[in-house]
Amino acid sequence: MSAEAVVASGGLDCHLNSGCGFPAPGAEIFLFDRLAAFTIGNLEFHITKVTVLLFIVVAIILAFFIYAFRKPKLVPRGAQNVGEMAYLFIRDGIARDTIGKDGDKFVPFLFSFFFLVWLTNFMGIVPFAQIPVTSIFAIPVAFALIVYVTWVPIGIYRQGFFGFFKNLLFPPGVPKAMYVLLAPLEFLSNLIVRPATHAIRLFANMFAGHLLIATFSIAAFYLLSASVIGLLGSAASFTVAVALTGFEALIQALQAYIFTLLAAVYIAGALHPEH
Amino acid sequence: MINVIAAAQAAVSAAGGEGGEEMPSVLAVPIDELIIGIIAFLIVFGGLAKFALPNIKRTLAERADAIEGGIERAAKAEAEANALAEQYRQQMAAAREEAAAIRTQAQADRSSMIEEARAEARAAAQAVTAQAEAQIAAERSQATAALTHQIGELAVTLAGKVVGQSLTDDARVRETVDAFISDLERQAAAQGSAQQ
Repeated sequence: MSAEAVVASGGLDCHLNSGCGFPAPGAEIFLFDRLAAFTIGNLEFHITKVTVLLFIVVAIILAFFIYAFRKPKLVPRGAQNVGEMAYLFIRDGIARDTIGKDGDKFVPFLFSFFFLVWLTNFMGIVPFAQIPVTSIFAIPVAFALIVYVTWVPIGIYRQGFFGFFKNLLFPPGVPKAMYVLLAPLEFLSNLIVRPATHAIRLFANMFAGHLLIATFSIAAFYLLSASVIGLLGSAASFTVAVALTGFEALIQALQAYIFTLLAAVYIAGALHPEH
Repeated sequence: MINVIAAAQAAVSAAGGEGGEEMPSVLAVPIDELIIGIIAFLIVFGGLAKFALPNIKRTLAERADAIEGGIERAAKAEAEANALAEQYRQQMAAAREEAAAIRTQAQADRSSMIEEARAEARAAAQAVTAQAEAQIAAERSQATAALTHQIGELAVTLAGKVVGQSLTDDARVRETVDAFISDLERQAAAQGSAQQ
């Protein structure tokens, strides 16, 4: 599909002054040819480049951390050192900071999310992969959904069914009359907007970042032609593309951190509604 | 330039016309991709939670234990050392006290011994002196007696020689001489007692 789109708008031979317009990248760069398909029940599963990258990331995470922690020593070295830093970052920096002492139970959950999101984001700047898996909307939606179906049951289990909704919809310290207005807003904000923004924040960041890099990369290629303006423009676009790639590396880690932190905040809210 | 614009317009209309109906939205959430995403997370979560993270959690707990245990052991050793030092100090103080007591005792012993010896010596000296004095007194009185007697005899002899030999056997003369001698003795005794 994406290859067809490129061909339709002039193909790789399309340069400035060669008689074709700028093949601006669009939504088609997020659509991939299906490599394989199989059916389970009524549902047809499509295997695309994105799916493959997702499972490569899964394999890398499992391989690295199982290797790093296979026989942990009291005095760490090598891979264990790196893994331990990651573990302590999640445990102390996110779980204990946000949830508190009982945050330790959620370290595996948050740890999995942080590295899964970060490395799937990171695929956006890995040569030949060059697509953030999380810029495919279904993936962040899947992740946010998992967080949603984790914190809501925790809240109901901890506070009781009515207690959970009471704490969620009727925040204390507000005049009684305000609840007429506030309760529907809180319901919307906590139970509908919250999971939606959780997914969209990650998706939109990765989507926009990838689109930017793609635009400047294509521009560098398109402007590469036998004219001064073309060469200067090409060089400038290339520079911006490289700079954006560095910037994206930052955003990818940051978005992974934000996604994990928000998951921790939602869980903390379910565990300790008074906060 | 016109060419470029025309080409761009053609490209846009081509993309819109062709892709429009069959290109799915980027906001679509196909159920199969959703399930694949969930499965990916569950694999990572399950794998890490079962095979990787418990190990490192245990090791970190062990390390914390080891550090805390080390601190505890160090504190124990310090307390022991302190107790030992305190004990040593007490022993030292006791020993010093004992030494001082012994020294005081020795000093007392020495002075009493000196005093005793001195008293003994004084007593012995007094005894010797007294004995000597007694002896001297006896000898003197003996000598005085002997001298008095001799003087008497000498005086009688002298008087006999002066007066004549007839006087020697005369009893009255003898009485007179004896009285004179007794006088002399008395005088001598009076003199001796006055001297003493």
